Amino acid sequence: MSCEHSEELLNAYLDGETDRVVGADIERVLRECPDCSTALRNHQALRAAMKSGRLAFTAPAGLEARVRQALRDEQRAGQRGESLVEPRAGAPARWVWPRWLTVALPAAAVLVVGLLFLRPASGPVPAGDLLSEELVTDHIRSLQADHLTDVASTDQHTVKPWFDGRLDFSPDVRDLAEQGSPLVGGRLDYAGNRAVAALVYRRRQHVINVFVWPAAGGDAAPVPEPARRGYNVIRWTRSGFAHAAVSDLNATELSELADTLSR
Amino acid sequence: MTGDRLEGRPDIPRFEALVLPHLDAAFNLARWLTRDGQEAEEIVQEAFVRALRFFSGYRGGDVKAWLLAIVRNTCHDRMRRERPGGQTTEFDEEVHGVDRDEPGPEAAMLIAENSQAVSRALEELPLEFREALVLREIEGLSYKEIAGVTGLPIGTVMSRLARARRRMQVQLADRPRKEV
Repeated sequence: MSCEHSEELLNAYLDGETDRVVGADIERVLRECPDCSTALRNHQALRAAMKSGRLAFTAPAGLEARVRQALRDEQRAGQRGESLVEPRAGAPARWVWPRWLTVALPAAAVLVVGLLFLRPASGPVPAGDLLSEELVTDHIRSLQADHLTDVASTDQHTVKPWFDGRLDFSPDVRDLAEQGSPLVGGRLDYAGNRAVAALVYRRRQHVINVFVWPAAGGDAAPVPEPARRGYNVIRWTRSGFAHAAVSDLNATELSELADTLSR
Repeated sequence: MTGDRLEGRPDIPRFEALVLPHLDAAFNLARWLTRDGQEAEEIVQEAFVRALRFFSGYRGGDVKAWLLAIVRNTCHDRMRRERPGGQTTEFDEEVHGVDRDEPGPEAAMLIAENSQAVSRALEELPLEFREALVLREIEGLSYKEIAGVTGLPIGTVMSRLARARRRMQVQLADRPRKEV
């Protein structure tokens, strides 16, 4: 297109992804700019060819039955506490279910039960302590080059679905830009012998990791812990998920963030 | 611990009623991403098993987009595993994105004439472009849903789609007619 009108906008217009105001503007451009109307014709031809249905593959006969079987095998394996090891197609499996799941599930159960009994107690809490220590280590590691986010996005609707298929739970993702701590992305991390979601926020030059994982027991309000290696840690439980915020941000502001997220 | 996977059985009839209707979509995506029927079947089975595991974490929303995200991640995980060391380089919008060629005015006619060439051109697109185009054109997902499935910002989805289509047009217009 020789005119400066963005090709992306033209695409969005054709996909019905622009609002009416922009749409009207594009229609005017299309009428007036010959290159644009050529581009439009090319796009329409391509769309028609792709939508004709000839490009869509349908599941081969028998696949549905094999999927149903695999689901039942998986459920049986789950009841025996095992893990599905291979897909059941004709060819030998080339892909194995991650081993850590078989370790992580029982470990998570132990951890959850442990926390249930240990957390409300007064005084030092060894199990929680160890976990906080581990989370601080995760936080420090995340600050190293290119470790901070696996999905970099300030859009909670992008970050949340990113975790689908990567974790066995779906964490609640909230942007805190209005509170001065914008969401910058998400990451998979590992703590307490299980995969956890790490949501990354930034407040001024400080990075805040909020770790999330499923937990039993009722809600527990945020409890600031003594600083470890210069990092503040605050943990709480809300709606079946344990949370831990870790940052070098001062304790007051980190508490405010934790309070907002725990509401 | 209601609904907790550690205790409860996944509700297979409910899962099947909700998720199995999207089997064709799952297979279609896996087939286009892997370009291999057998591998696509394996991925679909794996993805459904994963989906069952994550079903307790499913909090509503479009089931098809949710399933396709899992299929897509299963594909990418497998590709990463099968090409260890090597192809871990991120798709580079700059390197892959810059197209100088313009499809000519005759492209529309050539495209309409040859649906087989359209299929081949799609197959030859880089994975990231192919993925965006399949989700949009064949599966009919919105930009927002594609962003959700691929974990990309919507702006990136937009530019990938625009570039993917332009590549298709250029390639189809350049293809000698005798290939028909």
